[in-house]
Amino acid sequence: MSVKEEQLVWVEAVSYEELAFNTGKTIRYQGEEVALFKLSSGKLQAIQNRCPHKDGVLAEGIVCDEHVFCPMHDRKIHLPSGLVQLPDTGCVKTYSTKLQDGIVYIGFAKAEELAS
Amino acid sequence: MTQKEKLVLVGNGMAGVNAVEHLLKLAPGKYEVTIFGSEPHPNYNRILLSYVLAGDSKVDDIVIHPFEWYTTNGITLHTNQTVTDIDITAQTVTSDKGITVSYDKLILATGSNPFMIPLPGADKEGVMAYRTIRDCEIMIDSAKKYKKAIVIGGGLLGLEAARGFLNLGMKVDVVHILDTIMERQLDRPASKMLQEALEDQGMNFLLEKQSAEIIGDKRVTGLKFKDGTVAEADLIVMAVGIRPNVELAKKAGLECNPGIIVNDYLQTSVPNVYAVGECAMHRGVAYGLVAPLYEQGAVLAKHLASVETAPYEGSVVYTKLKVSGVDVFSGGQFVDAEGTKAIRVHDEFSGIYKKVVIKDNKIIGAVLFGDTSDGTRLMQMIREETDISGMEKTAILKDNSGSGAASGVADMSDDTIICGCNGVTKGTICSAIKEQGLTSVEEVKNCTTASRSCGGCKPLVSDLLAYTLGTSYDKNAAKETICSCTEHSRDEVVEAIRSKGLTHVREVMNVLGWKNEEGCSKCRPALNYYLGMVNPESYRDDSTSRFVNERMHANIQKDGTYSVVPRMYGGVTNPAELKRIAEVAERFNVPTVKLTGGQRIDLLGVKKEDLTAMWEELDMPSGYAYGKALRTVKTCVGEEFCRFGTGDSMAVGIAMEKRFERLNTPAKVKMAVSGCPRNCAESGIKDLGVVSVDGGWELYAGGNGGVKVRVGDLLTTVKTEQEIIEYTEAYLQYYRETGKYGERTSEWVHRLGIDHIRDVVQDEAKRKELCARMDTALSVTKDPWRAAIDSKKIRQDLYEVVELT
Repeated sequence: MSVKEEQLVWVEAVSYEELAFNTGKTIRYQGEEVALFKLSSGKLQAIQNRCPHKDGVLAEGIVCDEHVFCPMHDRKIHLPSGLVQLPDTGCVKTYSTKLQDGIVYIGFAKAEELAS
Repeated sequence: MTQKEKLVLVGNGMAGVNAVEHLLKLAPGKYEVTIFGSEPHPNYNRILLSYVLAGDSKVDDIVIHPFEWYTTNGITLHTNQTVTDIDITAQTVTSDKGITVSYDKLILATGSNPFMIPLPGADKEGVMAYRTIRDCEIMIDSAKKYKKAIVIGGGLLGLEAARGFLNLGMKVDVVHILDTIMERQLDRPASKMLQEALEDQGMNFLLEKQSAEIIGDKRVTGLKFKDGTVAEADLIVMAVGIRPNVELAKKAGLECNPGIIVNDYLQTSVPNVYAVGECAMHRGVAYGLVAPLYEQGAVLAKHLASVETAPYEGSVVYTKLKVSGVDVFSGGQFVDAEGTKAIRVHDEFSGIYKKVVIKDNKIIGAVLFGDTSDGTRLMQMIREETDISGMEKTAILKDNSGSGAASGVADMSDDTIICGCNGVTKGTICSAIKEQGLTSVEEVKNCTTASRSCGGCKPLVSDLLAYTLGTSYDKNAAKETICSCTEHSRDEVVEAIRSKGLTHVREVMNVLGWKNEEGCSKCRPALNYYLGMVNPESYRDDSTSRFVNERMHANIQKDGTYSVVPRMYGGVTNPAELKRIAEVAERFNVPTVKLTGGQRIDLLGVKKEDLTAMWEELDMPSGYAYGKALRTVKTCVGEEFCRFGTGDSMAVGIAMEKRFERLNTPAKVKMAVSGCPRNCAESGIKDLGVVSVDGGWELYAGGNGGVKVRVGDLLTTVKTEQEIIEYTEAYLQYYRETGKYGERTSEWVHRLGIDHIRDVVQDEAKRKELCARMDTALSVTKDPWRAAIDSKKIRQDLYEVVELT
């Protein structure tokens, strides 16, 4: 991500314990919709909840390793990079996450950054 | 503006009107058109009369050009009027109602008349031909009063008429003078196979019978043959052939023999008079099929529009019998003769017969029975006189999915769309195959996305591989693996689950050495299904391995909202339930309420966070409209209300739906129960269709009305409603145990063969075992909507949306 740490607003989202493995959670914040995943490894990943192909909701996709398959037309998306895997192309926005005292935080760009 | 020329068409049928339509497109405004027709109807598709008779279509459905078409195109139409005179010197025609119209050009498209055998008694009431809508109506009316029909003539038309009578609930004998039916289109083996198939449908054949006399008083009561025997009948239809209708032409002095003689531009012996269609005789041939008539019409239209045209040089004809459940194709010169050789395939197990006749390295004719998918391709080869000397002879007859069809894709241009879902062209696929060294359909799919969605183009992709790679491609060589994560096939995986006692999706992937540790969206749901199928009682369903719809228990829509379809057993509801649904729909602001094809109500556009609350208020079970599971059991009203019904289809449908609801299957399963052979619930195109017949029920298996329409095969006939359930249990359980994940019963029945499946379910010991295992599988199912309503964890994990501030 090109957005620097200090330009992020960390927003408290959900309890880590209560997140189900490999099951996306839909999170809305100021008009943005994020799909948050807790992978089998325990790692967290958050991406924009819209597939670049036809706006499929990615939170409902099947998660395998570090990929999610869009439930609409099966585009395979690499969660850490947001890149759509071949033979398809495109990418989705990714979000930083952090875990503090059992709470998952999602990093959103500051409002002025969004505006620019 | 120059004066328009006057064009008069005599005969408001398919051939003439088609030519006029063509002409209007080529030269709008050139002619002022007047059309005369003896029938009261606008131009209709006579070929589809069989469907009207069979009850599948209404008269309105078969109209090609409605009355408005004539008005819009400025055509003067005189229906119910027969032209009786042509004055070729004054260039006028006169009708039986006294109208006289002058012409600059005249087209005669008077068609043909059915040939009526001049038997003694042929003038009795109840003796008729089968040619017009009127005939059709008479036959339909008769079926309400009478029980037994005889069709004289075992040709195409006769058989279609006979099938129509069966659909109308009449018994029918087909009388034919020879010992083989449809002998003009079929050789002996195909003819005998057809006869057998039609006998199975209930047709009775009286072959090598020469009619002598029609008996009865005022109305026919029977048909007497030359050998002295008599067959009873309340209605006799003669379908022994047609004669060109040339009365008018002869009277006007046109040369006829027996049809109106025309040259390669459809000109008759009289200037400015043309003839087209069944009444015309071109190079010694009068055609009775539609394709040649249209070819003639195209040439005539161009000629009249003064557009340059190649002459009409005759047609190679082909025939397809329009009788459901029987696939017959015949084209070109199919009879063995001097100098011809034939390739034959006769598979008595599958009931398939194919014969291709070859002369001088060219295919000149073909007969196909049971599987007519090669028909179009063979006709193209016949028409184009393809030299087959370089082709492997047996490949000519390989089925569509084989390399034999490669010649079909060879002719396609590079920009032809092969995969319509994803818009992938032939060029894209071929270059990917060459440049990336692809060797399987799966690889082409992964590389180009072709065949990824509905899968309907897989055979074409396979053909393209064969076409591009030549003999090095063998579609059967590559083992069909579950997906690219593994080298294992479906059977190997299921066997491993059983023998190694595997109990989790991850465990299967681990033990069998999956390439991707967590698999992919293709194998994970499949493994989840197989595990549940093998161990219904102990397996804990893995919701993360379920496709979105099956995990959420609702159908996801393109905007991420869902559709909700509650269960409505047998499509039967009541006012209280309807009110409740209406109230819930209002309370949740459901934007669209739609009736589904499976007789239920679909509430569309529901937000995921509203789903569980809505289900709770609906207080109805999930309809599984989203699942690889039993969807609906469609029913007609049956004997409770219908005057034709012989079985209580609603009650049976409800019982079946209650028995099998929530059952997981390899792919979706749709069922139907019809109260009589009119089949209003469409039992013929369901995974399992039940039809009430006199004294019992017929069960049809492997039908499909979707991507690839397939008519179900008769699985068995049973007597009681208990037996319906029992056989359905065995059938569905066998499908669950042997079907590939994602494979519909139509594909499964085709793969295993109906005979094999029938043997299994009719074997009492096997059937009982299957029923017992089905009972276990059904005993552990729970309503998923109720489960979500009752579990905070499920609601939170799957349906919650977190709004941050």
